[in-house]
Amino acid sequence: MDKNTNVLIVDDYKTMLRIIRNLLKQLDFNNVEEATDGQEALSKLRAGNFGLIISDWNMEPMTGLDLLKEVRADARLKPIPFIMITAESKTENVVAARAAGVSNYIVKPFNAETLREKIEKVMAHA
Amino acid sequence: MLKVDRAQIALNVMSGLNKTEATLLQELEALGRLVSAAKEEIAAMRVENVDATHLPAATDELDEVVKSTANAANEILDVCETLENLQPTLAPEAADTVAVCVTRIYEACAFQDITGQRIGKVVNALKQIEQRVRETTGRYAPAASLPARSAPARTEGERLANGPQPVAAASSQAEIDALLASFD
Repeated sequence: MDKNTNVLIVDDYKTMLRIIRNLLKQLDFNNVEEATDGQEALSKLRAGNFGLIISDWNMEPMTGLDLLKEVRADARLKPIPFIMITAESKTENVVAARAAGVSNYIVKPFNAETLREKIEKVMAHA
Repeated sequence: MLKVDRAQIALNVMSGLNKTEATLLQELEALGRLVSAAKEEIAAMRVENVDATHLPAATDELDEVVKSTANAANEILDVCETLENLQPTLAPEAADTVAVCVTRIYEACAFQDITGQRIGKVVNALKQIEQRVRETTGRYAPAASLPARSAPARTEGERLANGPQPVAAASSQAEIDALLASFD
């Protein structure tokens, strides 16, 4: 697992961005950028070079699911592993995310071990 | 003069009715008066206190709760980051203990996100109630202007964005993992 990879974390709650950033730092991921909604994330993804996306679902003006669809529809961004971290825990949400091409799905509240495990899993398949 | 004419007409009509028809007419008149009185009562309701003061005040209070918990969570995170910066100066065992404790605090601070989303759902519900109250009273109070209904969700992501589920109804991480694995 390349821990020098650029990670984009997307959440409209600044506190959650800070928590995920700090947890990633503990896992030795130090190249972390932030976005507060899907549109900002998409702009950063198109302008940069990222190896992992960790995104919330419930954001405006573009949701995490819509961001995922945009990423999977973009030839250059398509291969990037995409982990959804969200409070949306209904089966229909998981099914929709899976259909859109999510790499893994973490339900909030989550713990650091779950985050580490899912990152390792998706990076292994990247 | 007009009143006399109307009374005479009514008398003529009534005299041409049988008993059942006259009773029915009286009941219809009573019903009409009841509807008219109800309309006046609704129009006179002092709902401006509800839709102009109480509900916005309630949503403001809830917004303050979200801000306060966010501030508190950020204070806690500040302290955690200070502790993490101290780790290199500590003995290895102590540094490990600090790391474990700080991680647990980070995990616990995620409460602010969940509570914020739950409160956001309550605020939206209050706004819906406010709109319905204004619509109902607006029908009988011509001066009131009806607010536009919010536009329906357009994308699948927006349609499925419902926020945290009640704890009893929420899927666990293990259930979600099993669901995802079922697709492989």
